Amino acid sequence: MSSASRWPEVTERGWFGQFGGRYVPEALMAALIDLEDEWSSARNDSAFARDLDGLLVNVVGRPTPLYLAGRFSELAGCEVWLKREDLAHTGAHKINNTVGQILLARRMGKTRIIAETGAGQHGVATASAAAYFGLPCVVYMGATDVARQHLNVVRMEMLGAEVVPVESGSATLKDAINEALRDWVTNVTETHYIIGSVVGPHPYPEIVASLQRIIGDEARAQFLVATGRLPDEVIACVGGGSNAVGLWRAFYDDSDVRLVGVEAAGEGLDRRHGASITAGDAGVLHGARSLVLQDAQGMIAHAHSISAGLDYPGVGPEHAWLAESGRANYVAVTDDDAVAAFRALASSEGIVCALEPAHALAHALATGHNGGLVLVGLSGRGDKDVATLAEYVEARSQ
Amino acid sequence: MTTLLTHLESLRSAGRKLLVPYLMGAFPQPDAYAEALLAVAEHADAVEVGLPYSDPLMDGPVIASAGERVIRDGAGPVRVLDLTAEIESRVPRIVMTYYNPIHRMGETEFCRRASVAGFSGLIVPDLPLEESESLRSVAAGDGLAWVGLVAPTSPPERIAAVAEATTGFVYAVSTLGVTGTRDALAVSARRVVAACRAATDLPVLVGIGVSNAEQARAAATTADGVVIGSAVVRAVLEEGAEGARAFLAGVRGGLDTL
Repeated sequence: MSSASRWPEVTERGWFGQFGGRYVPEALMAALIDLEDEWSSARNDSAFARDLDGLLVNVVGRPTPLYLAGRFSELAGCEVWLKREDLAHTGAHKINNTVGQILLARRMGKTRIIAETGAGQHGVATASAAAYFGLPCVVYMGATDVARQHLNVVRMEMLGAEVVPVESGSATLKDAINEALRDWVTNVTETHYIIGSVVGPHPYPEIVASLQRIIGDEARAQFLVATGRLPDEVIACVGGGSNAVGLWRAFYDDSDVRLVGVEAAGEGLDRRHGASITAGDAGVLHGARSLVLQDAQGMIAHAHSISAGLDYPGVGPEHAWLAESGRANYVAVTDDDAVAAFRALASSEGIVCALEPAHALAHALATGHNGGLVLVGLSGRGDKDVATLAEYVEARSQ
Repeated sequence: MTTLLTHLESLRSAGRKLLVPYLMGAFPQPDAYAEALLAVAEHADAVEVGLPYSDPLMDGPVIASAGERVIRDGAGPVRVLDLTAEIESRVPRIVMTYYNPIHRMGETEFCRRASVAGFSGLIVPDLPLEESESLRSVAAGDGLAWVGLVAPTSPPERIAAVAEATTGFVYAVSTLGVTGTRDALAVSARRVVAACRAATDLPVLVGIGVSNAEQARAAATTADGVVIGSAVVRAVLEEGAEGARAFLAGVRGGLDTL
């Protein structure tokens, strides 16, 4: 592929090609510029790197394993390796980002942490990191998600966070981000907003991607040791896109390695879904220009996915750039296929994964029959989804 | 000089404090909008008309739910522009919208439509200076004055840059937070106005959290005037067009004592 070496590199003002930027109220500009300055000073500070490494090893439990899913591979018709972010502390890759951002928050002297959450995994990871450092934490969560991810609501509360249900709009992740931004506009002086994905205004997409790239840095090295070569294809689910970018950045220059992002096709692309890249177009949402689901007049659409973490009508600007440049390809998997893949992994490997990475597994099952080596980002564990699955099974047995 | 600025400057030089109320377009419903807009405009020096948006992140509950109601009534940004164009205009109108509807329509098409609909100014609360260069240029070509926002967190060099780009009035955000009524005018309001004054001779109007006649009067002791949004929208909702007219008459009366 001729464009393979043109991998995204963020510009000084936060642009990945024509995507990104900083579309926020003036009140937030000073805070974003401060955050950008603090991030560049932290990146050149060996003490910051040492502190972060210490947290990643001792708190997060890194490195996470690279795991050959032998019996699942037989189902898929290819060798499927899983990067086990489900085994990270708090059960998903989200913690890689929250420990890094909370160190930044401390450097900036911020005394209060806020976050949004969809599936609840980012909320739990933020609440846990905030508890570790003794900082008060408020998590905004769509009321729909509060209901369907109840386990994580309880976990956040046990971790000392205040969970605020958001009733506006579609009462999901999009609306939780709106509410978190409203809080931040109001309390920006003392509060740091830990965004959970590679979305939002510059410098967030770059900060989150940099903190998450440890997934791929580890996986690439582990893969070489385990197999003596690189994978043919690296598959990751994409909601906002932090686990995918985190897994992929290490492979951008490996032009023979195919990168495949799997979005939520929900009930089908002709019905309700969350496939912003596959079926959306350019728009501005949550502070960045990217690909979004919207109507003819620019009203943001309500997304749908059985997995709360993919139920989002936008995507990080780095993904929009990757799609446009052709370095990554994007497909969409329905609720039904994701649940089938979830079951296949559970029964073949004894792993209860989250419904988000089940979308990536579904793609491996659907297209992996050429005997290659496939690496799948297993971004989180599925305890949180048990109630959703029970409902799904019940609805279909009637 | 833009027509909006010329208008505001002539009032200011006559010693008048400027009153710019806000009304959500097509509110309280499309067939009652004309009456509401005319009532709101009666004591105003300019009127801000909001376009409904699905994700209004600078708006508190009053204006956010007004927008949701308008969208439920089937009135999107285009319909609001069309409805507004049909209503007799005695004072300049400024369109307030989030950026995505503009982006979706295209900056050129949006500005043309807004201009044809009779607007003479533009406020885009989620488009900071750095991202607004092309829109400002297109807007200028269509006679739409640019209203720049300054926040309590804006450092002096940003205030100067915003003022430099502004061709209407400087919108001094009184406090950190979203639109909505407050019990008291923020103490930061006076400081923000002073910082704007140091940077520009343009009219400086205080907005966000200016909720009643008393607060408007307090804000206008140092500023050139006020923008009042949520309190107006609430008056229209709870007391109808006549209630909003009476509320703004009270505000006008307070400002005229200065």
